[in-house]
Amino acid sequence: MEDLKHEGSAKTPVVEFNSNGELLLKGRSIPENSIEFYKPLIEWLESYSESPNSTTVLSVQLEYFNTSSSKCILDVFKKLESVSGSEITVKWHYEEDDEDMLEAGEDYEAIIDLPFEMIEVEEI
Amino acid sequence: MATTTFDLYNLMERDKVLLAFKGTVTSDLLSSVFQIMESKMEDLNDSPATKKKVFNVLVECLQNLYHHIDDFDNENVIYEDSKGDKKSAIFSISRHEDHYNIVTGNFIYPKNVPEITSKIKYINSLDRDQLKAYYKEILGNGKLSKKGGGGLGLIDIAKKSRNKLGYSFKEIDENYSFFTLIVKILKK
Repeated sequence: MEDLKHEGSAKTPVVEFNSNGELLLKGRSIPENSIEFYKPLIEWLESYSESPNSTTVLSVQLEYFNTSSSKCILDVFKKLESVSGSEITVKWHYEEDDEDMLEAGEDYEAIIDLPFEMIEVEEI
Repeated sequence: MATTTFDLYNLMERDKVLLAFKGTVTSDLLSSVFQIMESKMEDLNDSPATKKKVFNVLVECLQNLYHHIDDFDNENVIYEDSKGDKKSAIFSISRHEDHYNIVTGNFIYPKNVPEITSKIKYINSLDRDQLKAYYKEILGNGKLSKKGGGGLGLIDIAKKSRNKLGYSFKEIDENYSFFTLIVKILKK
């Protein structure tokens, strides 16, 4: 299957979903209409789940996201949760002074049945 | 006496306004505002954590405004009448010694006043841990509305600003009320 790439903009994150199981969401996610933006990501995961790689790592490196995106990001996690036959990890990055982003990661960790790794970085 | 431009200037100077806008709130406008605010804040000597938090809360406040103004599209609204364009809104960001203020104002239907009031009162009644739990509950169970708002906006604003939400309503006539939201963010 084809990889999914999105360059990122002032309101949307870089997306690199590779069929080798390396998935990246990086930057900021503050579009007014996040459903539209996240739809292709969910669809990609849908096809990926048909023959996933033995390991899948979703690396989330977000600087900002709005509440509209927060539901869509949850949908991405839920979709990932339903992928069987792959060892899945979420790497949740947050900047060292950003307790809101750490909290957001912990919220997802509590809702989603996937292993989360919290990674503190100097700058995203 | 009519308010002159100079009066308006002095008022904004006194209130330490960084940016103020009155008019129709579009997606493109918000992109520009976010860009302006980011570069303005870059030059200010607040901590990165403060800048980040202010930007975060600002995005939520203004997008909240954007989504709610949209509501008028769905019903028979006279866009221009003697009291002006009801799709128009106002917002300002001001920077003080130890805090920032983000203020938004927009027209709403009077029938929506009780719902917004009780929502804000409920949010303001929660302590930090309760607010976090409430956010998680709505995130996990709530459905997204067509516009992508999931009822999380005000909860998120209260949670991130670490302050009670300030608000007021002014009844304009039987068709409209004016809703003001005041968000205070302490510097870190």
